[in-house]
Amino acid sequence: MAKYIGRRIKRTEDPRLIKGLAHYVDDIKLPDTLHVAFLRSIYAHARIARLDTSEAAKAPGVVAVFTGEDVGEQIGPVPCASALEGLKVPDHRPLARGKVYFVGHPIAAVVATDPYAARDAVDLIAVDYEELPAVVDAEEAAKPTSPVIHEQFGDNIAYRLTAGEGDIDAALASADRVIRQRIVNQRLAPVALEPRGVLARYLPGEEELTIWSSTQIPHLLRTQLAIMLGIPENKLRVIAPEVGGGFGSKLNVYGEEALLGWISRRLGNPVKWIETRRENLQATIHGRGQVGEIEIGCKNDGTVTGLRYNVIADLGAYLQLLTPAIPTLTGLMLSGSYKIPAIQINVTGVFTNKMATDAYRGAGRPEATYVVERAMDLVAAELGLDPIAVRRKNFPRPEEFPFKTATGLFYDSGDYEAALDKALKISDYAKLREEQRRARDEGRLIGIGVSSYVEICALGPSQAMPAGGWESATVRIEPTGKVTVLTGVSPHGQGQETSFAQIVADELGVDINDVAVIHGDTSIVQYGIGTFGSRATAVGGTAVLKAVEKLKEKLNRIAAHLLGADASQLTFSEGRFSVQEAKRTTAAAVGEAPATSLPEPKTNGKRSLTLKDIALAAHLAKDLPPDMEPGLSATYFFEPKNFTFPFGTHIVAVEIDRETGEVKFLRYVAVDDCGKVINPMLVEGQIQGGIAQSIGQALYEEVVYDEQGQIVTGTLMDYAVPRARMVPRLELDRTETPTDVNPLGIKGVGEAGTIGATPAIVNAIVDALAPFGIRHLDMPIKPETIWRIVRR
Amino acid sequence: MKTTVRLRVNGVERSHQIEPRLLLVHYLRDILGLTGTHIGCDTSTCGACTVLLNGQAVKSCTVFAVQADGAEVTTIEGLARNGELHPVQEGFWEHHALQCGYCTPGMIIAAAQLLARNPSPTEDEIRHGLEGNLCRCTGYQHIVEAVQYAAQKMRERK
Repeated sequence: MAKYIGRRIKRTEDPRLIKGLAHYVDDIKLPDTLHVAFLRSIYAHARIARLDTSEAAKAPGVVAVFTGEDVGEQIGPVPCASALEGLKVPDHRPLARGKVYFVGHPIAAVVATDPYAARDAVDLIAVDYEELPAVVDAEEAAKPTSPVIHEQFGDNIAYRLTAGEGDIDAALASADRVIRQRIVNQRLAPVALEPRGVLARYLPGEEELTIWSSTQIPHLLRTQLAIMLGIPENKLRVIAPEVGGGFGSKLNVYGEEALLGWISRRLGNPVKWIETRRENLQATIHGRGQVGEIEIGCKNDGTVTGLRYNVIADLGAYLQLLTPAIPTLTGLMLSGSYKIPAIQINVTGVFTNKMATDAYRGAGRPEATYVVERAMDLVAAELGLDPIAVRRKNFPRPEEFPFKTATGLFYDSGDYEAALDKALKISDYAKLREEQRRARDEGRLIGIGVSSYVEICALGPSQAMPAGGWESATVRIEPTGKVTVLTGVSPHGQGQETSFAQIVADELGVDINDVAVIHGDTSIVQYGIGTFGSRATAVGGTAVLKAVEKLKEKLNRIAAHLLGADASQLTFSEGRFSVQEAKRTTAAAVGEAPATSLPEPKTNGKRSLTLKDIALAAHLAKDLPPDMEPGLSATYFFEPKNFTFPFGTHIVAVEIDRETGEVKFLRYVAVDDCGKVINPMLVEGQIQGGIAQSIGQALYEEVVYDEQGQIVTGTLMDYAVPRARMVPRLELDRTETPTDVNPLGIKGVGEAGTIGATPAIVNAIVDALAPFGIRHLDMPIKPETIWRIVRR
Repeated sequence: MKTTVRLRVNGVERSHQIEPRLLLVHYLRDILGLTGTHIGCDTSTCGACTVLLNGQAVKSCTVFAVQADGAEVTTIEGLARNGELHPVQEGFWEHHALQCGYCTPGMIIAAAQLLARNPSPTEDEIRHGLEGNLCRCTGYQHIVEAVQYAAQKMRERK
C-alpha cells in the first residue's frame, strides 16, 4: 500500500501560514518602492470633459501622476482570449481615455513615496464628467432602443451564439408537456480574501522586469504582459508568491498588472499597488450574470425529450480574458447528468456599464447545472412525480459510458445512480419525506432538495482550450538526494505542495519532507498553464507522475550500471535499488539457463544502492553508462486526451421560519465522485468551501447595481459573504469511479461544491414552499421574499 | 506632525515617531515588518487583521496606532511560545482548517481569544465566536474542528 497517496497527510505548506510567516505580494518589501493609488470613475457611463492632475502632482510625496493620455499606445490592449466568430472586442486600455464605462474604471494613477500620500493625492485630481445614460439591465441592453455603450458597434450585442445537437423544435413539439421558466443566475463577486496586488521592479541595467502578482496563471500572464508592454518575454519574470485565494478572479490579465510594469520602467523604482476591497468589488471580475428562459419537453412518464435555453449573458463594459467564453461552457454542460436527445442554447452576449463578468468558481457550469437541476424539479412538479424518480429515469447507465451528449461532449465515466443511492441512504430520504409530511400537518415548512450534477474538469485537451490545456512538471534529485519538483500549475490554497509531494514521495520511496514543490516563478519553473478549471491535480499531477517515472528509468539504468547488473534484474523499494536474488537462484536450482541469458551481475561487492548514492553518482558523473547525460532531472509535458466528468448528488433538508422567512438547514448530505483521491482531507476542504460559496449564491450574495449603474454592494458590509453560522455542518461521502483520461484516475474537485450545491438548496426551499404554489424562486432567496410568500 | 508611540509587541518594547492617523495594522506591517497580520477589507468586516490588544481581539485596521500607546499587542507571529505552536495553530494544521491562508492569522487569533474566554465552547458558540472573521476557502467546518481540537488540548494541558 502506498505510504502517502490516498491518505490524510497534513499539508507541508501550513507551518509558514499558521505562523504568519508566508509572503503574499504586500508582504514583499523592496527598498525605494513607490506606491500607486488609482482615481476610478464614480459614474457608470460618462465623457471625461476635463481631467486636471496638476494639484495632485504637486502634493507632498507625489512622484508622478499618469492618465490614459500619458500612456497612449505604450501599453497594448488588455487581452481577451476568446475567438468566437463575429465577436465585437472593444479597445480596452489600462486607463480610461475620453470616456468611462463602469463605476471603478481606472482614470489616473498617482505614484507617491507612501500609500497614504498616494491616496490623499487622488482626491486632488479634478475631473469634469458629462454623464451619459447608463445601460445597466442586461435585457434592456439587448433591445434596439437601448443607448449604445460602444458607439462604433452600433448596438450592445457583443455576440450571438447557437449551439447544441438534435432537432429541438421537433423534440419540444412531440413532448407531452413543455414547461417554460425564466431563470436568473445573478452576478456574484468572487471575493478572494486577499485582494489583487502587484509589485513591479524594472532593472535598467539588466533590462529585466519582474512582476509579483497575485495571480493563478503566472506563465500566461508573462506572455500577455510581454505583448502588452513590448518587453521580450525572456526579459520578463512573473512571480505569483503566496496567493490568498482566486476562485477564477485571478485567472486573468488586468490592466493594473501591465501599468505597474510600465510605471516601474518609466520611473526606475519598484512600484506597488495593493487593491482595496472597494476596488476589488468594483473592478475585479464578477461571475455568473445570466438571464434566461428554459423550455423543457417531457413525456408523461418523466422522460425528458429536449431542452432549450435562451440566455442573455451580462458581459459588462469590456471583455476580460475569458468573458465571452463563459456562456459557451454553460452550453456544453446543458445535458447535465441526463440523456437529453435534443439540446439548444441561444446566447446573446451584451455589453452593460458594469465590471466584466468572467470565470468565477465553476465558470458557466454552475449556471448550466442550475438550469438543468431546476428543470428536473419543474418536470417532477408538473407531473406530480418524486424528483428522485425523474432523475433516475433520465440517467445514462454505467455501461453507456463514454456517454455522448447532445452538446458534443463524451463523458468519460460515471455511475450516477450509485452516488444518488448513497446520498439517499445517508440522508435517509424516505424518512425525511415522512418527517416533511408530518411537519406539514403541524403547519411547519420543511423542504427537501436534490441535485445530481456532473461537471467538466481537468481542463483540458489543447484543441478545446484558448491557450494550451497541457501541464508541465520537472522532477529533480539534487546531489544530496533531496527532491525538487517544479510544477507549471500555480496553487493558491489547493495544497499541491503536499499532494504532488505525496505522488513523488511514493514513487521514489522517500520521506515527504524530502520533497520540495516549487511553483509560481516563471524564471525557475518551465512554462506551465496554471491553476483553474479543476485541472491542477488531474493534469498537473499527472505531469509530475510522468516526469518521476521518466526519472526512475534513468535511476534504474545508473543503478544497474553501478551494480554491474542488467536493468531488468533490479527491484526498487523504499528508495533502494537491489539486485533481484530470487529469480537467479530459482533458475540455477533447476539447472536451466534463463530464457534471455543475462550476464552474471558484477556487483562490485554491493548488492544495492540508495537513491542518495545514485544521486551523487549522477552528479559526479565519473562512472555513468556510456552516452548517458549527467544529472538527474526529468521534465514532462502532459497533454490530456479528454476532459474528465466528476459527478455526485447533494441532498438538502431545510426548514423555513414562518415568522422571519429565514432558512435553516436541517441536513446537508453530499456524495461526490471525483475519481481517485490523493489526499481525502484536501478533497473534503475543496468540497466544503465550494458548498459554502453555493450557499452564498443561493441565499445571500448578489452584486447589485442601481439604475444609474452605481454599485450598491461596494463593500463587504453590503456584499454578503457567508459567515461561520450561515454554513451548516456538512455530511460528506464519496463514490469512486476512476477515469482512464489520466493514469492517476483523478477527475478534479475544485469546483464541485459550487456546481452541485446551489440547485439542491434552491430546490429544497421551493419544495418547502410548494404548498403556496411556488415552483421557482430567483436567487438570492432572501428571508423577505419567503416571508412575503408565507404571509400572503 | 508626528507623535510618539510606545508599546509592547509580542513581548518586545517598541517606540516610533508616527503620523497620528497611522492605523495599527500599518504600523505592525510596514514599520515593524510583522506582515503576518493581513488586510482583507476597508470596513472592519473580514477580520483578517485581528490582533490581541491587551488580551482583547481587535481589528487592527480600525485602531489607530496611537490608540495602542502603552498597550500590549500580540500578533500571529507572537502566538507560538519557545518554538512550540499554540494549540489553535496545531489544530488548524491537524484539521486542514486553512487553504489559501490569508484569513488564517486573524482567524487563529480570534479563536485563541474565544478559548481564553470560554474553554469548552459548543459548536454553535464557536461559529458565533468567529462571526467577525470571514473565510472564503474552507466553509468553516474544518475551522470549527480545529478549535474543538485546541479546546481539548488546552483542557488536557491544564
